[in-house]
Amino acid sequence: MSKGKFGYYDPENPMKDRITDIGPPHYWQMFPPIIRRNYGKWLYHEILEPGVLMHVSETGEKVYTVRVGQPRLVTAENIREICDIADKYCDGYVRWTTRNAVEFIVDSEEKMKALKEDLESRKHVGGSYKFPVGGTGASITGIVHTQGWFHCHTPATDASGLVKSVHDVLFDYFKNMTLPAKLRVSMACCLNMCGAVHCSDIALLGYHRKPPMIDDEVLDKVCEIPLVVAACPLGAIRPVKVELEDGTKVNSVRVNEQRCMFCGNCYTMCMATPLADKEGDGVAILAGGKISNRITHPKFSKVVVPILPNEPPRWPSVCKTVVQIVEAYAKDARKYERLGDWAARIGWERFFEKTGLPFTWHILDDYRLAYDTYRTTTQFKFTEHAWAVSKAAGGI
Amino acid sequence: MSAEGQEHLWDKEVEGHRTYEDVRIFTDEQLKNYTEEELKEFKIKHDTPMADELEKGPWPSVISDIKREALHRRKLGQENLQGPMECCEDLLGQLELSYIDMETHWKHGGIIGVFGYGGGVIGRYSDAQEKFPAIWAFHTLRINQPSSKFYTTDYLRGMCDVCEYRGSGIMNMHGSTGDTVFLGAVTEQLEPIFFDLTHDLGVDLGGSGSNLRTPSCCIGKARCEFAMIDTQDMCYEMTMHYQDELHRPAFPYKFKFKFDGCPNCCVASIARADMSYIGIWRDNIRIDQEAVKAYVAGEIAPNAGAFSGRDWGPFDIQKEVIDLCPSKCMSWDGNELKINDAECVRCMHCINVMPRALRVGADQGLCLCFGAKAPILEGAQMSTLTIPFMYTEKPYDNLKEIVDKVWDWWMEEGKNRERLGELIQRFGLRQFLEVLEIPAMPQMVKEPRSNPYVFFKEEEVPGGWKRDIKEFRKKHPR
Repeated sequence: MSKGKFGYYDPENPMKDRITDIGPPHYWQMFPPIIRRNYGKWLYHEILEPGVLMHVSETGEKVYTVRVGQPRLVTAENIREICDIADKYCDGYVRWTTRNAVEFIVDSEEKMKALKEDLESRKHVGGSYKFPVGGTGASITGIVHTQGWFHCHTPATDASGLVKSVHDVLFDYFKNMTLPAKLRVSMACCLNMCGAVHCSDIALLGYHRKPPMIDDEVLDKVCEIPLVVAACPLGAIRPVKVELEDGTKVNSVRVNEQRCMFCGNCYTMCMATPLADKEGDGVAILAGGKISNRITHPKFSKVVVPILPNEPPRWPSVCKTVVQIVEAYAKDARKYERLGDWAARIGWERFFEKTGLPFTWHILDDYRLAYDTYRTTTQFKFTEHAWAVSKAAGGI
Repeated sequence: MSAEGQEHLWDKEVEGHRTYEDVRIFTDEQLKNYTEEELKEFKIKHDTPMADELEKGPWPSVISDIKREALHRRKLGQENLQGPMECCEDLLGQLELSYIDMETHWKHGGIIGVFGYGGGVIGRYSDAQEKFPAIWAFHTLRINQPSSKFYTTDYLRGMCDVCEYRGSGIMNMHGSTGDTVFLGAVTEQLEPIFFDLTHDLGVDLGGSGSNLRTPSCCIGKARCEFAMIDTQDMCYEMTMHYQDELHRPAFPYKFKFKFDGCPNCCVASIARADMSYIGIWRDNIRIDQEAVKAYVAGEIAPNAGAFSGRDWGPFDIQKEVIDLCPSKCMSWDGNELKINDAECVRCMHCINVMPRALRVGADQGLCLCFGAKAPILEGAQMSTLTIPFMYTEKPYDNLKEIVDKVWDWWMEEGKNRERLGELIQRFGLRQFLEVLEIPAMPQMVKEPRSNPYVFFKEEEVPGGWKRDIKEFRKKHPR
C-alpha cells in the first residue's frame, strides 16, 4: 500500500484514478476450501464441548469450529495475532460472528485440539485471557455493545469497560453450557441504541436523567431551531427569544422539563442542547427479549431496573444486578425456556420476587401504547408487592 | 471501476491472487518490534489507575490490548506512522478522564467524508485536545465487510497495516450493523485511507447517515444446515445493486437490509432491519424416523449437545418436543413421529432439538417482514410479517422491484428521520399494502382490530359520499 503523507492520493487532483462503488470484497474468496466444497450441503452439527462445533456435510466431510470470545474493540496487534493463529492452523482463513466472537475453522479433530489448547494458553500481560473458548449452546456469548465514553458523543455510560466488567462476572456462563437456554446480553450506551438491544434476554442501556441544558450563545448559530423543536417526540421544546448576559437578544429554545423523557434526540440534532451529567446518567436494565422465532414469538426486552449509578471502572451495582437476574433464571427456568418465556410463565410479579429486584412506579409504562401493558384481569399471583398495595389501600 | 474482475482478488485458490506481500506497509522487523518483557514494563504516558483495573479478570481486556498497540506504535516511531504515534495512549488518558468525570469527552459530530460520498465516515473530535493532542480528531471509517465476515489473513493483515499506519491501529470487529470499523483517523488521512482501501484492498466504505446502511447476513449455507436462502449471495448482490443508495444519502433516514437464512434469526433481522429477509420452507419437515428413535433412545444428545453442561435427565421427546410445539401439530406414538405440516408455523424448535432427525423442508424461499427499528423516536418496533413466501433467484429482480416500490413511497411521504416502520404506523398498514400492490391477509396481524373505526373508502360505499341535504330533508324534516 501507499506510504507518505498522502500516499496515492493527490490532494491537488482528488478525482484522479479514483475508484468508487466497488462494494465489499466478494465473500467466496474468503471461504476456506472445505467451506466452498460443502456450501449448502450441510446435514447437521454437534457441539462437541463448550466453544467447539462440528458440522457434518452430505459429502461426508466434517469441519470443526473453535469459537473464542473477543472484545468488539480490538487493535491491529490483536488481529495480527489472530492471523498468526489462523495461518498456523486454518490455512489463513478466519471469521467473526455477529456477536464479536472469532471462529477458527479446521478440517480435523487433531487440529482442533491443538488449536484449542494454543488458544487457551494465550494471556495478556495484564492477566486476562486473549482468546477464551466458549459461547456455544446454552451459554452466554459475547455481549454486543456500542462505543460509550471510548468513542461516542452522546453516551450516558461507557460501553467497553462496563461490558468487560459484566463479562468477567458472567465468565463461567460463557465457558459452560449450564443455562436453561441461550442467554443474550447486549449493551447500548444511550437511547439511540446503535447496538439495538431492544430484543435481548438482558439489555443494559445507558440513560440520561437530566433535561438538556441550553447553550443560548450558540444555539441559533449552529442549529436550525425548527429542527430542534421538531426533534422532541413529546413536543416539549419551544422556540424563544432570550437576552444574553451582555444584553444581546438571540433566538433559542426552552424545554418543558416536566415533559422531558431524556431521550437526547434534541442533542442528536443540535450540539447546543447537551444532556450528559455525572450524577444524572446511569444504566437501565431491560430483560426478557429475544429475536428467534423458536417456540414463542420474538419479544421486546422490558425495563426491570429503571436506573443504576455509573460506577467506573467496574460498575459493581450493574454487575450484581445482572448476576441476580441470571442466577434466578438459571435456578428456576425449565429446559429450553428463554428468560422472557420464563418470566411470562411464572408471571412478572414472580419474576420480581425471585430476582429480588424492587418494583417501582418507573416500571409502569406511561409512554405511547402504555395501556397495552396494563393487566385487565383478576388473574394474578400474591406476592409481597400485592400485600403492600392492599395495606396501603387500607384493605388489610 | 466496478467489483467485476475483483471477485478473486484475494482468492488463494486462484493463481495470481493478491497477497499481503503485495500490499504490506511494515517489514517483519517493524511488526515484531517489542518483547513480552518490554510490554510488561511498558507504561503509557498518562496515569490511568481506573482503566488499569480493567486489565484484571478473565475476559479479554481491551485496555491490555490497547497498551500493546501503544507500545508497538512507540517502537515504530512517528517517522513510520502517518497517524499520531501517541493516539492509543491519549485515548486511554481521555477514557480515564471520563471515568473520573463520568461524562464523555467527545464532541458533537462534524460533517466530514470522502469526495463524492455522503456516508461511511463519521467525524469525531476530542473536547480535551490540549491534554490529549494525539486524538484531537479521531474519525470513524465504516468499511463494508465481506458477507458473513469470513476473511483471509492476507486481507486482514493489509487492513491492519493501513489502519495502523494512517489511523490509530484500533478497530471494531465489527460495528453493530456489520461493518469492519477503523476508529481514529485524522481528517487529512481520510482520502489516503480510502485510496488504499479501494486500490489495494479492493473494498469500499459502508453506510452512515440517511442512506442504505451496510447490509448484513448470517453464516447461511457456508456452515449451517438450516439456511434456506443464499444469504451471502443475496446480501452481496443487493449491496452491489444499491451502491448509489449506500454511498449517497437521499433517504428520510437510515434503511437496513438483513438476511437471515432461517427463523432462528441469528442476524436479528426481525428486530433490526427495515426490510427483513428470512428463509423459510413451504413443504414438509424432512423426518428420519430412525434418527428420531436414536434421540429417544439417548444415543444422540438433543439440541446438538447445547445443554450438556447440566444434568437435565434423559431426553423426553414428549415433554421436550411434542408439548413445546407452539401449534401442537406433532405426535409421537413410541415408534413414529408424525407432523401435521399444514399446521406447522416453522418455529424451528423441533429441528433445533433433533437436527440429525429433522431437516427443514426442501421447497425453500423467503418471507419478507418490514419496519423494525430501535426506540428512537416512537418506540421500538419489530418487523411486520408482510409477504409470506417468495421464490427468488439471482439477480433477485423480484426482490428489487419490491425494494424500489417501498423506497419510492418512503422517499415521497417519509418525514425527516422517520423510519419505514414509523411511516407504516402513521399511514396504516393498509396504505403500505397498496404501495406493494398486495392484498391483506390474517397472517399480518396477531388478532383483528378491536375498534371498528374503519376508514372506509368512498369508492367502496354504494353511491359514494356525495349526497344532497335538501333531498334528505324532504324525507327527514328538521
